[in-house]
Amino acid sequence: MVERTQKQKPVSSRAEDDVVEAPASTVTGEKLKAELDDLLDEIDGVLETNAEDFVKSYVQKGGQ
Amino acid sequence: MAIPKVCGIETEYGILVRGADNNPVSASSLLINAYLHTHMRKVGWDFGGEHPGNDARGFSLGDGFAPDVELHLVNAVLTNGARYYVDHAHPEISTPECLDAREVVVWDRAGEQIVRASMHAARAMLPDDAEILCHKNNSDGKGNSYGCHENYLVSRDVPFGRIVSQITPHFVTRQVVVGAGKVGCELPGMDFDEVPFQISQRADFFEEEVGLETTMKRPIVNTRDEPHCDAAKYRRLHVIVGDANMSEVATFLKVGATAIVLAMIEDDEMGDDFALANPVAAIRQISHDPSLKRTVLLRSGRRLTALDLQWGLLERARKYERSRGLVSVGEAVGAEVLDSWESVLTGLESDRDSVADVVDWVAKQRVIEGFAERHGLRSADPRLKAVDLQYHDMRVDKCLADRVGLRTIVDNDEVTHAMTNPPTTTRAYFRGRCLAKWPGNVVAANWDSLVFDVGRDPLRRVPMMEPLRGTAEHVANLIDSSDTAAELLQRLGA
Repeated sequence: MVERTQKQKPVSSRAEDDVVEAPASTVTGEKLKAELDDLLDEIDGVLETNAEDFVKSYVQKGGQ
Repeated sequence: MAIPKVCGIETEYGILVRGADNNPVSASSLLINAYLHTHMRKVGWDFGGEHPGNDARGFSLGDGFAPDVELHLVNAVLTNGARYYVDHAHPEISTPECLDAREVVVWDRAGEQIVRASMHAARAMLPDDAEILCHKNNSDGKGNSYGCHENYLVSRDVPFGRIVSQITPHFVTRQVVVGAGKVGCELPGMDFDEVPFQISQRADFFEEEVGLETTMKRPIVNTRDEPHCDAAKYRRLHVIVGDANMSEVATFLKVGATAIVLAMIEDDEMGDDFALANPVAAIRQISHDPSLKRTVLLRSGRRLTALDLQWGLLERARKYERSRGLVSVGEAVGAEVLDSWESVLTGLESDRDSVADVVDWVAKQRVIEGFAERHGLRSADPRLKAVDLQYHDMRVDKCLADRVGLRTIVDNDEVTHAMTNPPTTTRAYFRGRCLAKWPGNVVAANWDSLVFDVGRDPLRRVPMMEPLRGTAEHVANLIDSSDTAAELLQRLGA
């Protein structure tokens, strides 16, 4: 959203907007990315070691 | 006025044996028996070996749940009022009857903990390297599906045709809020990677708008008419169209919003203007479009997105709340459902990441996409399917849903308590308490009756045809103050 708004604004007002908007959105964005990175690190650690075989062996009988 | 929406969930878990013979039927039996041996004073009984009906006065087994029970398989009733059994080739837990959506979350989570305890107990009965793995999901990615069914009490007075036509738009579109997400496509005639990621586990398996089947040609609205209570007054709407959820808020919304929509239908406040031109095509199309941008055709000729339809239903529910109130679903719970429903729709529309802590498919998609990007994987890579499967893995050290930051709404102590104790608000209270206090005297149990053997002929059947009788308020004192089952029966006048 923020990005889209900024693109529509004339170049002259951009610097001003950045002061107000950029820190908040960057912090949120960075926090989310850092969280996702931590999560992906953890997933790398707990994912089945032979994921391909696991997926292949995962066969269920149909139920209801 | 809509009647109380007594409700519950039945979950069939995926099951896999590693390091030993992978027979899902015997593995399911072993799993459940291991739990019963370890955690209950008495092994649950096999209904097939007992014929209490032959001896009890006025008892007809035919109105119990005999018809859908495979008699040679394990079938137990737990002290929390739940049923734990082998269905087809899966272990299945039915929660006890609950009064509202929040209670369903508590006993559904208790069911997960029972499965986890069962997996642990089963290890002692298997060779050293062997283990039984359970997954709370609905498909194996190879075209085989198994269900997570919901049940709601509905008045018999409501014409069934009205329920079918007016609930369908919700059943087709609610997946955007409560879908569990799936890597790949299982729709016959389409390639697995034609849909790299879709919203629902189950949508690929629905072929009819309405019908009796549950294992083939599955219908969006199931017509099974087996109320397990007074059939002259009630129906039990048996809902087979949902995904099993890992997110507590998703379970809460799945049951809570559906209960409200049903109350609106019961009070004839729903109307037919959301009717879809082709519900079966729409349920698949919506599931296959995580962008949420595609529209579906309504019978009126309008085209709306699933989100538009959900907003429309929410708006109608708000209006219903103002005009009729939400007593039938619990006023506080109902109000919470509406707020939560609105915040999820808002998030899906404007800031997808903001609902990654409550919407299963969004949480899963975020991880799948991040994982693919990190490792440079193409959409058909089996490691992405492994992440999908492992999201639902019941092993504590492997479950990804436990790691993605899902918000919880019930606390662990409450869940632990619910593993062995029934809700106090429904007839499940009477069932669970009697089983806990007099395990040697209860010789058969089903949803609408308990059969006691107190040492004198004949066996005594206590009917429980009213889902809201037998609550703690009605019978707690009676059970507490009866020393023996015989005394209880005498005081009940049974």
